[in-house]
Amino acid sequence: MMQQPISFYFDNRIVRVADQPITATVLAWLRGAVRRTGTKEGCAEGDCGACTVIVAELADEAGDAGGIRAGNLVLRPINACIRFLPTLHGKALLTIEDLAGLTDRALHPVQQAMVDCHGSQCGFCTPGFVMSLFATYLRHQAAQTTPDRAAIAHDLAGNLCRCTGYRPILDAAARMFALPPATLDTAPIEAALRAVAAETGAGLSYAAAGQAGPGARFYAPREVDALAAWYAERPEATLLAGATDIGLWVNKRFRDVGDLLYLGDVAALRCIEREGDVLRIGAGATLEAAWAALIGLEPALGEMALRFAGPPVRHAGTMGGNVANGSPIGDAAPVLMAMDARLVLQHGAQSREVPLDAFYLDYMRNDLAKGEFLRAILVPLPDPDTRMRAYKISKRFDCDISALSCGLAVTLEGETISRVRLAFGGMAATVRRARHAEAALHEAVWGEAAVRAAMAALDEDFTPLSDLRASRGYRRLVARNLLWRFWLETRSAAPLPAASVRVRTFAMAGAV
Amino acid sequence: MNQDFSPDRAACGFARDIPLVLDAGEAAALRAGARVGISAAHESAHLHVAGAAPYVDDVPEAAGTLHAALAPSPVASGVLRSIDRAALLAMPGVVAVLTAADIPGANDCGPVIHDDPILADGTLRYRGQPVALIVATARDLARLAAARIGPCLDIEPATPVLTAREAYARGDALLPPASLIRESAPGALTAALAAAPHRLGGQFSLGGQEQFYLEGQIAYALPTENQGLRVLCSTQHPSEMQHLIAHALGWRSHQVLVECRRMGGGFGGKESQSGLFACCASIAAARLGRPVKLRLDRDDDFIMTGRRHPFEYDYDVAFDDDGRITGIEATLIANGGHSADLSGAVMTRALCHLDNAYYLPEVAINGFVARTNTQSNTAFRGFGGPQGALLIEIVMDRIARHLGRDPLAVRRANFYGVASRNVTPYRQTIEDNVVAALVDELVAQADYQGRVAAVAAFNRSNSVLKKGIALTPVKFGISFNVPHLNQAGALVHVYADGSVLVNHGGTEMGQGLNTKVAQVVADALGIGFAAVRCSATDTSKIANTSATAASTGADLNGMAARDAAMTIRNRLADFAAARHGGEAADVQFANDVVRVSGIALAFATLVRQAYEARVQLWSDGFYATPKVHWNPKGLHGRPFYYFAYGAAASEVIIDTLTGEVSLLRADILHDAGRSLNPAIDIGQIEGGFIQSMGWLTTEELVWHATDGRLLTHAPSTYKIPTANDCPAALHTRLFDNPNTEPTIHRSKAVGEPPMLLAFSVLLAIRDAIAATGGPGADPDLRAPATPEAVLDAIASLDAIRP
Repeated sequence: MMQQPISFYFDNRIVRVADQPITATVLAWLRGAVRRTGTKEGCAEGDCGACTVIVAELADEAGDAGGIRAGNLVLRPINACIRFLPTLHGKALLTIEDLAGLTDRALHPVQQAMVDCHGSQCGFCTPGFVMSLFATYLRHQAAQTTPDRAAIAHDLAGNLCRCTGYRPILDAAARMFALPPATLDTAPIEAALRAVAAETGAGLSYAAAGQAGPGARFYAPREVDALAAWYAERPEATLLAGATDIGLWVNKRFRDVGDLLYLGDVAALRCIEREGDVLRIGAGATLEAAWAALIGLEPALGEMALRFAGPPVRHAGTMGGNVANGSPIGDAAPVLMAMDARLVLQHGAQSREVPLDAFYLDYMRNDLAKGEFLRAILVPLPDPDTRMRAYKISKRFDCDISALSCGLAVTLEGETISRVRLAFGGMAATVRRARHAEAALHEAVWGEAAVRAAMAALDEDFTPLSDLRASRGYRRLVARNLLWRFWLETRSAAPLPAASVRVRTFAMAGAV
Repeated sequence: MNQDFSPDRAACGFARDIPLVLDAGEAAALRAGARVGISAAHESAHLHVAGAAPYVDDVPEAAGTLHAALAPSPVASGVLRSIDRAALLAMPGVVAVLTAADIPGANDCGPVIHDDPILADGTLRYRGQPVALIVATARDLARLAAARIGPCLDIEPATPVLTAREAYARGDALLPPASLIRESAPGALTAALAAAPHRLGGQFSLGGQEQFYLEGQIAYALPTENQGLRVLCSTQHPSEMQHLIAHALGWRSHQVLVECRRMGGGFGGKESQSGLFACCASIAAARLGRPVKLRLDRDDDFIMTGRRHPFEYDYDVAFDDDGRITGIEATLIANGGHSADLSGAVMTRALCHLDNAYYLPEVAINGFVARTNTQSNTAFRGFGGPQGALLIEIVMDRIARHLGRDPLAVRRANFYGVASRNVTPYRQTIEDNVVAALVDELVAQADYQGRVAAVAAFNRSNSVLKKGIALTPVKFGISFNVPHLNQAGALVHVYADGSVLVNHGGTEMGQGLNTKVAQVVADALGIGFAAVRCSATDTSKIANTSATAASTGADLNGMAARDAAMTIRNRLADFAAARHGGEAADVQFANDVVRVSGIALAFATLVRQAYEARVQLWSDGFYATPKVHWNPKGLHGRPFYYFAYGAAASEVIIDTLTGEVSLLRADILHDAGRSLNPAIDIGQIEGGFIQSMGWLTTEELVWHATDGRLLTHAPSTYKIPTANDCPAALHTRLFDNPNTEPTIHRSKAVGEPPMLLAFSVLLAIRDAIAATGGPGADPDLRAPATPEAVLDAIASLDAIRP
């Protein structure tokens, strides 16, 4: 494949970049190469949102849901600090500096509302908040809806402000819909993106000028077969999806990631579709899209989805990445394990399926062979007699790493448990099922006695660590208590509503 | 010669084309000519929202700029025998590797005591301590080399001391221990404790807090002529940066110019501790003769700089049947980290705020600043005041539970009196006490009593979730505890076209100081906001400034700017009377119009006339806070010009299975005096409240127990509040209370006092936990009240349940 420059829409035109290393971040390029300094660096790890920008792509290329639709574009707020520049190829980049140009007034309604409501103090986080609110604005403008306060707060979960306490920002988000509207004219962007797509052909092959040797190449194919073949030949390359983890390897650990094989442009990998009684989540589907699909199967997953990172990470990262990375505190795996998910792994032209609960071998070690990659996650549609909950425990409600998390499911025949899945993260070196506790419930009556037996059995399942997030004792106690909460919520007689057992559900119900 | 002027111009804020959004009352006042008491948008708000407000790293770099990074110590304690620079110098782009030996002047950036090396001088004091300064052609290359320092160091490691309790047990203090003692007669405290009908003792543990300014530490030093430097620095204290840089280079102060237009947050973290970075960038720039920028990565910012002091407490309190304290002895152990930094003043403020709003008849408070092998703790909004005052609120709550009384009733029983029971432990008589009236108003506003009953009813019918409610007061002393710091200067230029440029010694970190000062100047000259422009703080304009700290920014700089503006106004009035007739005292300035002897002319017209008549149209201004004095040995005097008051009522819900907490509602009533800008003041109050709530709930700092690594070193692991943590029901009001002292327009300082408001959240959590126990349940809850701390506190009740 021929080398090409990175081509994307920016500042009302197509720009072509050929001099940046493959791990140059969008933020570094903005602030350094083109001196667009409105976008800020607060943490360089995707946790503060000061660098939030919007990436747009053609809807017919996007391949999944979860983004924001405007015209024939799909837009997503993302963290520029951990996004590698070559992944922008064929897309459009909108930054804080673009907003005023969308209106004939001094400021865009999002910006004006922030001024009117005193939503900035030191101002450093402000561009990121404005871009996240701009995403909110576009989504609701397209849908002709207005968000309530809780929805706005969820949209802002990936943006940290240390000055205001957030109330004026939340007020601004309500006010921006009351101001004279501004619309994004997507036609020139679409035309530019079509032009880039036409010249890209089978995908982008990029290396910085003068650095085309092994270990510095970026390859973004558009077909799965091409991806598989390339990776089989170069298994030492790093597979890249949302870069919400790999971005940190580069920014924080100075790791040389070698050649990058980007799967974000493979439309087939971004698909989420039903195949018979299975939901197939392509490994490249964003977390935002994948969680939405899972909630479609099991509404009880809503809180877990909201608490999985913040929107800029969910719009960039993939559920496939979360599963394949195999962190013991990844929050997708416990949920998927409780749903009996299977993984489709591919090597070259060969593919195989493994159950997720057999995938993790040890701490950060899994069943992927060299050159093999995760192609899709298969989630069986839940049995109507299955009762399921997913819980996450962390110091902060939003965007925190779990002390522990779990996916809990029982399938009942009458009152007898015919199938039980109790999968925990944060309790061992890998996410795994609590086999002893499951045994205590299997074929038992879904009642207090069996639950208490399962709670006791959890001690045999796990000997968790103490770390900065929680002590061993806390993890053990709360794992037991979450089983109890699960029973309280799903017992047949007088089950408790979520607002009786979860503080945030109670708070959001606005009962005060 | 009456002239037209457009009344609409007055409706605009500091952005000429953006009208202000004001309520009817303020809009009417603005039209009538008021410029203070108006909720003008922040002078940079229109720039913030457009990404057009430049911070230090946004300023275009000069050609030839080099970038620096600091290499961290890999051990918390030990001896650094040598550094082998060769391997680092061989790395791509590395231009220089500087160590302590390369510092031409003093290797010290201690703000008070000279015990704080810029680069490690042989002794390694904490993990993350800078041991070498790497300068390279690009920031990434400097950082990469800094990260590879490990194998280049020859170190003899030692066992670190990591906790304040351990250092206290060893008697290892950074500063001489201090005791604030006030007794009616010698031995009266001992007698009160012995004779008390009720007595409680205990310990309490309170965590520290990372400032987490969104803009990390940064300094950019540019060589200028004749051995000079111009240093752009994100700092609350440009003058101290100037002094420290000169000190490190062996220069005089006039060789160094330090400038700061704005910070992306400071919160105390850029008061003294910007010094390390200002010095390092300057040392490298002076040595290499090239501009050098040092911008910290967030993780390095966490591991190299200090934060709010964690405190440990021992206390013993005596009280009567009404819960009224008759005597209290307390020991406050602050974890100072490896060097003194500002710890002495922080401890003094803690000792002087332990009383909060309560009269303590017999009292002894001992302060111990422990030396540990951790980052050097420093200023953070409140500066020890919150750490002092929180203890007495815990004590109040414990007394109430011990006696089975309403905690608010116990608080009221202990409030300072107005005519009696009104002398603080440091012997300042309180002359402006409004706490009782303020609390009464909040009790009504928040329907506190009704909700106490509703909370109890909820708890009777819910087993998993429990609610709690608490109302706590605030009294916070305003002024620097060190009297000579209470001074400020300003410079106001009126240009011949009538436009005005304001400069003063304070720094803008988001608190709206420039906005308030510009309002004061607009008020003095009777002109619109858009006619006034703020400029960067610059040590070549105002000399010998104090830190923008201790909440004093607007009090000091507002007065200094008013002094300057009034000097010009008086000259203009004299000129107008001389030129147009009448008395100077009768000349009126309002809404860009000057009225003199029956005629009206535009302010700009008068200015032009005055210029042509050779009237000086610029002036300096100065202010020194009156009345304050302090005996630092005896710990008595009048350290505070006045007090700011407030109160908050918070209602929380906790999950007894997991310890998770949610704030459901908060009602705040706060005394900002006669507010200069109500919107900005409410922003400070709510921002401080949520920030303090974070400190007391989710913001947990964890160090590795043996090797001293800070494990919570980034926002991924250190959790400040998000939008979802701000309750939908957050009701904030200003308490109408003009300052009894003649401060700037009778306003009050508002930066730090709101940090005490969030005590109500912690106390409400305590209340909810108590609801899981029987009568008199008194949970042992540490702060921050993480989910784990809450479950531990619930377990502490189980242990003593019958």
